[in-house]
Amino acid sequence: MSALLEVNNISKRFGGLQAVDRLSLTVNEGEILGLIGPNGAGKSTVFNLINGVYPPDGGSIVFVGQDITGGPPYRVARQGIARAHQIVQPLGGLSVLDNCTVGACFGRQGLGLVPAREVAREVVDMIGLGDRPDMLAASLTTAGKKRLELARALSARPRLLLLDEVLAGLNPTETEGMIETVHKIRDSGVAILMIEHIMRAVMSLSDRIVVLNLGSKLAEGSPQQVADNPEVITAYLGDSKLLSVAEKPA
Amino acid sequence: MWRRPFLWFIVAAALVYALYPYFTDDVGMRESLLLAAVYIILASNLNLMIGYAGYVNFGNIVFFGLGGYICLYLVTALHWHVIPAALTGGAAVSALALLFGLGILRLRGAFFALATIGVNQAIQQLVVNFEPWGGATGIYLSLDAYGPLGGPMQALWTTYLMIVAVTTASLLASYAIRHSKFGLGLLAIGQNEDAASVLGVPTPRYKAMVYSASAFLPAVAGGLYFFKSGIIEPSSAFNLQTSIEAIVMVMLGGSGTILGPALGAFLYEELRGFLLTAQSFSQFQLVIAGALLLLIVQFVPGGLLGWVHQRWPRTRRWLE
Amino acid sequence: MIGILASVIDGILIGAVYGLAAMGLTLIWGVMNVINLAHGAIVVVGMFVLYMLVSALGLPAYGAVPVMIVLGFVIGIGLYWIGVHRMIGRPELMSLLSTFALNMVLIGLGTAWWTTSPYNVQVNMPSVSWRGYTFTGTHITAAALAVVIAGLLYLLLYHTRIGKAVRAVATNREAAELCGIPTTQVLAMAFGLGVALAGVSGTLIATMFPFTVLSGEAYQLKSFVVTVLGGLGNPAGALMGGIALGLIEGLATPFMPVSWIPIVEFGLFVFCLIAFPRGIFSFTKA
Ligand SMILES: Nc1ncnc2c1ncn2[C@@H]1O[C@H](COP(=O)(O)OP(=O)(O)OP(=O)(O)O)[C@@H](O)[C@H]1O
Ligand SMILES: [Mg+2]
Repeated sequence: MSALLEVNNISKRFGGLQAVDRLSLTVNEGEILGLIGPNGAGKSTVFNLINGVYPPDGGSIVFVGQDITGGPPYRVARQGIARAHQIVQPLGGLSVLDNCTVGACFGRQGLGLVPAREVAREVVDMIGLGDRPDMLAASLTTAGKKRLELARALSARPRLLLLDEVLAGLNPTETEGMIETVHKIRDSGVAILMIEHIMRAVMSLSDRIVVLNLGSKLAEGSPQQVADNPEVITAYLGDSKLLSVAEKPA
Repeated sequence: MWRRPFLWFIVAAALVYALYPYFTDDVGMRESLLLAAVYIILASNLNLMIGYAGYVNFGNIVFFGLGGYICLYLVTALHWHVIPAALTGGAAVSALALLFGLGILRLRGAFFALATIGVNQAIQQLVVNFEPWGGATGIYLSLDAYGPLGGPMQALWTTYLMIVAVTTASLLASYAIRHSKFGLGLLAIGQNEDAASVLGVPTPRYKAMVYSASAFLPAVAGGLYFFKSGIIEPSSAFNLQTSIEAIVMVMLGGSGTILGPALGAFLYEELRGFLLTAQSFSQFQLVIAGALLLLIVQFVPGGLLGWVHQRWPRTRRWLE
Repeated sequence: MIGILASVIDGILIGAVYGLAAMGLTLIWGVMNVINLAHGAIVVVGMFVLYMLVSALGLPAYGAVPVMIVLGFVIGIGLYWIGVHRMIGRPELMSLLSTFALNMVLIGLGTAWWTTSPYNVQVNMPSVSWRGYTFTGTHITAAALAVVIAGLLYLLLYHTRIGKAVRAVATNREAAELCGIPTTQVLAMAFGLGVALAGVSGTLIATMFPFTVLSGEAYQLKSFVVTVLGGLGNPAGALMGGIALGLIEGLATPFMPVSWIPIVEFGLFVFCLIAFPRGIFSFTKA
């Protein structure tokens, strides 16, 4: 397996807060890498650094052999990295279909308007928004907006997908559906870097897991290795969800 | 694209607009239609910024004024024909806007808005001090300048037709951009610039491009308009008030729609004509425009057409 | 050399008043993320309030200062309900247009009432001489009052319950609401405060210089430059930024015609924004 994304020693400081501290990680072709850690560990900031929303204070980010450190975000998107935001960012005044068309037009393939609309329609169907393509994005439910984030990112036909808590706020049925969808995406050959708090999901989906705490890497390995790691358990002490997984490995 | 009935509607309306005063031989009508046409050009192009990209350009009149100056300079000093002179003015202003846009469009929101006022004031100040363009007194045309168009009387009709042509081009351009990949990118920027950038929309380039595009036709129109007037001077060329009225027109008709700004421009012109004749109102023109804008922004932010589309969603299919 | 030094000191005195005006702008932005494009018009309101109180009612000039603070506060709350309240949480474009519309209405009414011809309020303050330099009394008084008012604002924001509520709403409106703070009233009040600051600085400016209904635009630009220099959303920075701008003006005036000053300021404004874009954006709430 070859490396798709290599993050080397990146750091980011906000005022007095070291949000990310010399973090390195690698995402291989076709794999799902889970990124977990307590609230405020710096996970979303890592995504912001990867797709160029902020430049890192130090370190480098290499994607398919190209240095993409420091963005700008639209160039990173063109290289083939797409993202679903933790805090949904719908283009509220545009329809669901148009939101996805934007993704397809300006993503990795940079399609023209007509083929982009085709791709968008396909993705919208696959993600389960096919019954309301003309609805304005602003009037979707929260779960709908979450799906739209994912659909829009997929419409870009990325090589790497950054998923920031796409399961948060979904009910159990919706969660099941979303997990299935993520499997499908991986099977279509897209590598995924996913941030997730729902441990059962992340343990079953990920090939490998990186644990972040206070901005730096605490542990890395297979879901089983990570769950057995005593340091990880300490960092999460109080988070019964992980503890229960750690005690009775799934 | 030409299979769309909407486009034929625009062309047909333009023909009627162009020929009506010609066949009725009504000069007064022609003059008031010409003024409305100029406002439609300003509003329609401003809509590319406000309605599509979500950036308000308070100094949009600078394109019109600068286009006028370049055209009149070419006509008087270099004896060009008015058509190439106006087009050259448009191209030059558009190129300048592109350069400038790359700089000031890094500003967002109010800072961009304020910078646009500054651009207008700065250019006005520069022109006042620029002797080749007549400084504070401006440029006058002699009657000979109308020779190539068959004399002054004929020239009035010809410039009227040309301005209607530019108006039509503005509406068609607005349509073409709305239905292009470029337009989709602009709409994305207008909705959420950060999200658009993460989706891959090259935001700095697109913003500079639309700023530049929104400069071209107003600059051409400025050339034709001031050629028709026979005089251009800094205070009329860079009148901030006109800029602001153009914003009211866009919001009145419906920002982000294709016909809204034109409708807004036409209605506003009529309203103003009415208020100006009613003595007691003429002093309160700015107050009325401001109150109108305030009401629209607060209660019908989509403007007239936006309201119609919301009320009867099917109309969207026909009018876009 | 002597001329320049005097001009710089005078610039600093005037700059303190610019700082006070900018504080109003930056306070509103910091609390509700609204850039108040009616700012210039409100400065003009402050100028004409001075004119009315002094020439129509015969009040002493500096008596107009507390009156304007109270009046500005009331006007500000009124303007908040008329033009700002519905814009909270809407796209920035909308609040820009809305406050700009307020600006048009105010300027339009002012023009209808007072026309655009210049006004002047005669204020008699003895000037101060020091080592051969002479400093105008009104400039010194205005600067001193500006600093005092800024100090009062500081006390209000940092040493009262009301100030605490304002700061809480500025930091996180939802959390403040959950803590039982009546956020809407706080927003209205903060807008009132901002308008009072802008208005009273207009009053102070009118004690120093002649003015017209259209003077607001130039002072609005100055306030924007000041906020950019001092850091947006930071009232203490605004005072420093104002003094910095006054200093720059003081340095520039001996060397160029007055009509070029706005152009220089505009250049400075754009330059600061472009040179430190991250610096500016980092103040916006992510
Ligand atoms: N733009 C910013 N400016 C200042 N501080 C920031 C900024 N973005 C993030 N932070 C801070 O950096 C830290 C890490 O934030 P981040 O959003 O990366 O955490 P996270 O691991 O994604 O948390 P969560 O699980 O809650 O989403 C937090 O303390 C946050 O407050
Ligand atoms: Mg996060």
